[in-house]
Amino acid sequence: MTAVAPPIARRTALFHAPDWLRTVDHKDIGVMYITMALVFLVIGGVEALVMRWQLALPEQHVVDPALYSQLFTMHGITMIFLMAIPILVGMANFIVPLQIGARDVAFPRLNALSFWLSLLGGLLLYFSFVAGGAPDAGWFAYVPLSDRAYSIGTGLDYYALGLAVNGAGTIVGALNLVVTIALMRAPGMSVSRIPLFTWMVLVTSALILLAYPALSADLVLLLVDRYMGAHFFTPQAGGDALIWQHLFWFFGHPEVYIVILPAFGMISEVIPVFSGKPIFGYRFVAASSVAIGFLSMGVWAHHMFAVGLGNEADDFFSAASMLIAIPTGVKIFNWIATMIGGRLRFTTSMLFAVGFLTVFVFGGLTGVTLATIPLDWMVTQSYYVVAHMHYVLFGGVVFGVFAGSYYWFPKITGRLLSERLGKWHFWLVYLGFNLTFLPQHLVGIEGMPRRVWTYPASMGWGPLNFASSIGAAILAVGVAVFAVNVLLSLRSGEIAGDDPWDAWTLEWATSSPPPPGNFVQTPVVTSRRPLWDRKHPDRPDPS
Amino acid sequence: MSAQAVAAAPAESALSRIPLLGVAVFIVSESMFFLGVIFAFVQVRPADVSQMKAQLDLARTAVFSVCLFASSGTVALSHRGGGRHRGWLLLTWILGAVFLVGQGTEYARLLSSGFSPSSDVFGSAFFTLTGLHGLHVLVGLVAMGTLLVIATARPRGLSGVAWEAVTWYWHFVDAVWVVVFSVVYLWTALS
Repeated sequence: MTAVAPPIARRTALFHAPDWLRTVDHKDIGVMYITMALVFLVIGGVEALVMRWQLALPEQHVVDPALYSQLFTMHGITMIFLMAIPILVGMANFIVPLQIGARDVAFPRLNALSFWLSLLGGLLLYFSFVAGGAPDAGWFAYVPLSDRAYSIGTGLDYYALGLAVNGAGTIVGALNLVVTIALMRAPGMSVSRIPLFTWMVLVTSALILLAYPALSADLVLLLVDRYMGAHFFTPQAGGDALIWQHLFWFFGHPEVYIVILPAFGMISEVIPVFSGKPIFGYRFVAASSVAIGFLSMGVWAHHMFAVGLGNEADDFFSAASMLIAIPTGVKIFNWIATMIGGRLRFTTSMLFAVGFLTVFVFGGLTGVTLATIPLDWMVTQSYYVVAHMHYVLFGGVVFGVFAGSYYWFPKITGRLLSERLGKWHFWLVYLGFNLTFLPQHLVGIEGMPRRVWTYPASMGWGPLNFASSIGAAILAVGVAVFAVNVLLSLRSGEIAGDDPWDAWTLEWATSSPPPPGNFVQTPVVTSRRPLWDRKHPDRPDPS
Repeated sequence: MSAQAVAAAPAESALSRIPLLGVAVFIVSESMFFLGVIFAFVQVRPADVSQMKAQLDLARTAVFSVCLFASSGTVALSHRGGGRHRGWLLLTWILGAVFLVGQGTEYARLLSSGFSPSSDVFGSAFFTLTGLHGLHVLVGLVAMGTLLVIATARPRGLSGVAWEAVTWYWHFVDAVWVVVFSVVYLWTALS
């Protein structure tokens, strides 16, 4: 790109591994988070593949039921706490200070602390395997199953400790991002000029700060119950098992939005750039995220329709859950309207963004069906729920992250990812993903419960499960292509330059990878597209 | 912390607020944590609390609570006019410590009379809620102690807002006790 304005950053060498143990630089810590997430993506993925192998045919015995329970528990925990959150926090760590024109985050040393706490939590969770068995009560570990009387091993102790430590890291990280975005923006970057990825990270961080402490409190109660013989969750002693569910889902449902909103943010950066148009309805995209944030705090009991909270409570939570479809739908239309009439460039990043739209809308619609109480009663605890949840979490978060990865990899490393391998990556993942999870809707409606170790052939669930397992294998090949792409491109990918996509936000104004301190001079922002203004001083962005 | 925050970019006034906003955000998050535990307390609180009423010593705890409430005043005095009055901070520290000693001796008495986290559900809730608050008081004492040591040994090394940040945290610890004292002691006494 021929920048008309003088360059505001000096050249640096291409990507090098950070000084892992001592660094407090936001970019290094971002890369460390992302690396941690990718390692756990492989671990959690292998766990999923073993489960799909076990379920591929009826009445198999690939693993025993006890290990199977540990696998589905650890798969869920890993993908949510050790993969999704770290990869999003990591990308936010790297990109947000650049997007707002800051030198670093507000508290660099706290930033290192939050990474190390997150990792330590993950290591504690996985240490459980050698300490006598991993947690095996599902990722939401309902009491009384997770209480001492029914889980006498140490697995649930590692669950509580690991998640508490990991969660503390996440809370500290969110605090850092909130303060950074609130106070460290470049001159001229008013609230209505904050890039949308940063906007979504802000909402996500606020949700983390409000929701994660409920999980911490829950875990403390569980530990007190398990170690001090307390009775919070034992009804026969006057306790109440529902406390666990309320506190867990008070955290657990916002958690869904905590992980999806940054993915929305990535999509909101990728689609405009590859459509050659500013986002349609910037204010609506930002405001609808805030609306989603608010609403998400009031929908937790839709995970508890089968508990019997009473019609009034159920109706409230059902209605609130359906309301979320409105701000989410607003965003979908914003993204589509951005593409209409644009000069579309179908890079791998854009393919994943468009793929995201298709699968996420599908997952969103099955979400509305699950918010319908009578239907929820029919399919709760079945594979229908598993299918829905993977359509939003994999189809939403992971597709978004892949779109963001192809978009920002050149900024992080200085080299482009291979587009040729990228196309293979996208199509294998898209095909594998749908083949894995589409049949699970059907097998769930046919009555197959989630978390069963095996099933009799007479149920007729064999063919759909077989298809699902084949899909999982294809999905794994797709992710492996991504891994190969990353490793090859790190070594010999095409040199990216500062602004390979002709983008508009400030991270593209500095070199790739950015130097320590990010910018040589503080950038001054006069619109929503500061880099556009630098490139086209004759017709600046009016926003 | 503020040493790292010297980015040239935004206005200095915004940057000087970084530590305080950090503490404020932390307090919001910690409030949600206490709300969760208080929710659990209310959920498991038995309808008949006559036994606990006999166990808990409202008057004695009220005296120690007054120490803690008073310490909010002294910590404010320690920072009045933006200054650093070590004497007031030391008095705050002592009042906080007295409160913890009161809590410790109360725990000892209750435990020796057979009232414990495992004795019944009220015990579980009582020790968990008051204990978590006590831990927060302890953290405040460590923070104030650190402040006092630095203010005495290396006064120039102390950033302008660190003192204020600690006072904010201490007010928060006090405010939580207002709620905990009401929910645990007053509510029981009035039942």
